[in-house]
Amino acid sequence: MVKWTELERSTVKAIWEKVDIDEIGPQIWARVLIVYPWTERYFGSFGDLFTITAILKNDKVAAHGKVVLKALDKAVNNMDNMKRTYADLSQLHFQKLEVDPDSFRLLADCITITIACKLKSALSPQSQAIWQKFLYAVVDAMSSQYR
Amino acid sequence: MRSDNAEAERDNTSAERSTSTRCFLQAATMLSKREKDLIKEIWERLTPVAAEIGADALLRMFASYPGTKTYFSHLDISPNSSHLLAHGKKIVLAIAEGAQDISQLTVTLAPLQTLHAYQLRIDPRNFKLLSHSMLVSLACYLGDEFTPVAHAAMDKYLSAFAAVLAEKYR
Repeated sequence: MVKWTELERSTVKAIWEKVDIDEIGPQIWARVLIVYPWTERYFGSFGDLFTITAILKNDKVAAHGKVVLKALDKAVNNMDNMKRTYADLSQLHFQKLEVDPDSFRLLADCITITIACKLKSALSPQSQAIWQKFLYAVVDAMSSQYR
Repeated sequence: MRSDNAEAERDNTSAERSTSTRCFLQAATMLSKREKDLIKEIWERLTPVAAEIGADALLRMFASYPGTKTYFSHLDISPNSSHLLAHGKKIVLAIAEGAQDISQLTVTLAPLQTLHAYQLRIDPRNFKLLSHSMLVSLACYLGDEFTPVAHAAMDKYLSAFAAVLAEKYR
């Protein structure tokens, strides 16, 4: 189990409070698909993802971004129980959706960069390090049922 | 320490390309003209603040990946130190210079290739860590201007840069 200091808990919560899921969710998901286009393999049902404009306008992309951030909210509120919190989702992504867990790392990095674009210098190196520790713990939890 | 002869032999080897050269060539050719222009334009804009951006990227890397600090025990890497600013500036200016003509990256980086392979011997896995930290610095500095398209182009360019830098390692 990952251990968290009080500073780490408060830093993660302070960053999360600044994230508007409806605004940032769509941006994050569009960024993943544009920067790492091979992730489109999981989204055959999303319709037109053939151009950057199409990705940015795609309603299903936007909706999925919000779904993912709502799931991340669970981690923010269960930092001491991430593996249990994400056990079912991990199982789903492995067994049914067959998602390569490396994709979780790509998503984590896009989340950090999208938030950095929003917060700019308010995301200090130390805050970023704590936020990344949190995200990589989420990635581990999401990968935990892959066996 | 490799001898000069060994280095010359490696430089004059046959047509068989190393994996990293193939990766660089793929990355460089995968960059469209628009992406190359965008990369060049961004680094030209950042050249006047090279020290600030470079130092920020290094600080982010040290904070997120403390193992990277092991390569800098000879420098004062505390925030705002003159060493940190000078080193950050060097890195950003090298990246900016490469961006002027990405197709010539192997030529432009030849001295740095030798330095990293034979003198510094930094494990090239660390290049990815600095690249990611640099992307976050760019996001923090440019904000919404660091669009997904700019991010993708920059990620490809920094990957190509790192691949070329590691070219002479083995």
